[in-house]
Amino acid sequence: MIARTISLLFDGFAYGMLLFVLSVGLSVTLGMMNFVNLAHGTFAMIGGYTTVMLMRNAGWPFFATLPVAFLVAAAASVVLERVLYRRMYRASDLDQSLLTIGIVFVSIAAAAYIFGTGQQPVQLPDYLRGRIAYGDFSFGIYRLFLVVAALVITVLLVLGLDYTRFGARVRACVDNQRMARGLGLNVDAVFSITFALGSGLAGLGGALGIEIVGLDPNFAFKYLVYMLIVVAVGGLASIRGAFVTAALLGIIDIVSKYYVPEIGAFVLYLVMVSFLVWRPAGLFARR
Amino acid sequence: MSVTTAPALAAVDPREVLRAQVKWRWLETIFWLATLLPFLVAPTYLVLGSQIAITALFALSLDLIVGYCGLVSLGHAAFFGFGAYTAGLISKAGWGEPITGLLAAGCAAMVLGYLTSFIIVRITHFALIMVTLGMCLLLYEVANKAHSITGGDDGLQGVHMWPLLGHFQFDLYGTTAYGYAIVILFLSFLVLRRLVNSPFGLSLRGIRENPRRMPAIGSPMSNRIRTIYTISAAFAGLAGGLLAQTTEFVALDALSFQRSAEVLVMLVLGGAGRLYGGLIGAMIFMIARDQLADMNPQYWYFWLGLLLIAVIVFLPNGILGGCAELLARWRRKA
Repeated sequence: MIARTISLLFDGFAYGMLLFVLSVGLSVTLGMMNFVNLAHGTFAMIGGYTTVMLMRNAGWPFFATLPVAFLVAAAASVVLERVLYRRMYRASDLDQSLLTIGIVFVSIAAAAYIFGTGQQPVQLPDYLRGRIAYGDFSFGIYRLFLVVAALVITVLLVLGLDYTRFGARVRACVDNQRMARGLGLNVDAVFSITFALGSGLAGLGGALGIEIVGLDPNFAFKYLVYMLIVVAVGGLASIRGAFVTAALLGIIDIVSKYYVPEIGAFVLYLVMVSFLVWRPAGLFARR
Repeated sequence: MSVTTAPALAAVDPREVLRAQVKWRWLETIFWLATLLPFLVAPTYLVLGSQIAITALFALSLDLIVGYCGLVSLGHAAFFGFGAYTAGLISKAGWGEPITGLLAAGCAAMVLGYLTSFIIVRITHFALIMVTLGMCLLLYEVANKAHSITGGDDGLQGVHMWPLLGHFQFDLYGTTAYGYAIVILFLSFLVLRRLVNSPFGLSLRGIRENPRRMPAIGSPMSNRIRTIYTISAAFAGLAGGLLAQTTEFVALDALSFQRSAEVLVMLVLGGAGRLYGGLIGAMIFMIARDQLADMNPQYWYFWLGLLLIAVIVFLPNGILGGCAELLARWRRKA
């Protein structure tokens, strides 16, 4: 019983870590530019398809495809940012949401046209499959790998934000964009780079998530809600908030689906709405 | 002497401005007369016509909060679906009279809207989008899991309507359905047209233009938002009730996120903040979907997405806004 509970909690945590990698970029860019980017899931999908294509058609090993997934998603985001997003920074919430929903529609249809509507499985290397048993407890190796990867990314992000020059610029832009501009910071450039990094992380998350959540053209929509919950409840531009919320979200989702499947996602949405009503700016809001 | 200054003052009298907006234009009369045309020229499209009228009413209700008040809701389908299920369940319980059933659907959605409006006024921006979305998803899950009442995934079956006004049977060709939907749409339109061109409607536009100044000039902002949110929910419930009654079926999809997103898309395509924007947007959207979805639903989403991006980038005020701008430019030249 206890062993079962602990491995459920672990699965939930691993799932939460995946959600963290997927959504942390959205949190930072939304906090910085106040840009409601509902197309974040599209970048995750681009990363996922990059990995699938490289492994299946070019025979690349799984690990080698991960950096490429990151780079391709980041590159795609830079193009979109230059062509479309840049014009919309001063537009209303409504226009921003609809423009990005339009991008999601186009990307879903394009993915279905190019890759078909089915699920895209990947063949993981042998050493990532199976489970580790330790007494009564057993953990999936891939989930352990996922947790370690997410923790490494978190540490890198926190250190990068707190101790590098670029991190200081990002923090300045988030805290007070007009002041940062006034002091001569090139806010647009900082934002472009942050946006590319965040989208790249989403691409990485999309690639890492194929084994756990699958990959099909509807991915961009299906996980959008989860990403938005992480960002909204965690608080904009707060890495700590996104981390805690993603972990909680993963655990609540997995545990409630296991113990009370009949009310399923209900618990999740209820928790989200109550948290947002209680603290509209998020649990770890900076402002 | 005082007589000479009077015209200058009268020119900016807000009541005059409102009165000018309320005046019927010939284009509007033509538009509403044209809604009767399908009876004569396209009787095979009456079913689609009734769907368009219902969707247009739904878009109209959303326009009140998105277009006039400037609040973004991604969960308006909650009220649409709530009205649809109310109308469907009343009929299933043995009362098949359409008009009272429809009013009940509107009232039920109105109560839900009133209760949730207390949450809505507390939050803004991104959190508002998420909370409206979350409440719609919550209701969707409830309807999905309450299988014994709503039929869950299979939809609510066994809805049967009595003849409208005791005479007009709902038929397969949609003649009664279309007439019923158009009349309800027109009556709702008259009410809303009066509403948005009243001092109350002006104060809503004030909230959209400057939410900080409105309380400063003494307008009770949260009160106004709560009122309009409740009214908007009521009309969305009417639209949902109409759908349930004319199709004699309620699908779970009435509460879905897709429905909320699609109605927002229609509104923006047509032009938010104008009553005719919702109507035109719903017409274009539904007809285009009817034509394109025959080919392949995936392609339909591709073109829809592309159209959406193009409208947002090139026509920030929607198709009607673009037309109005062209017209103004042409008048200035002339």
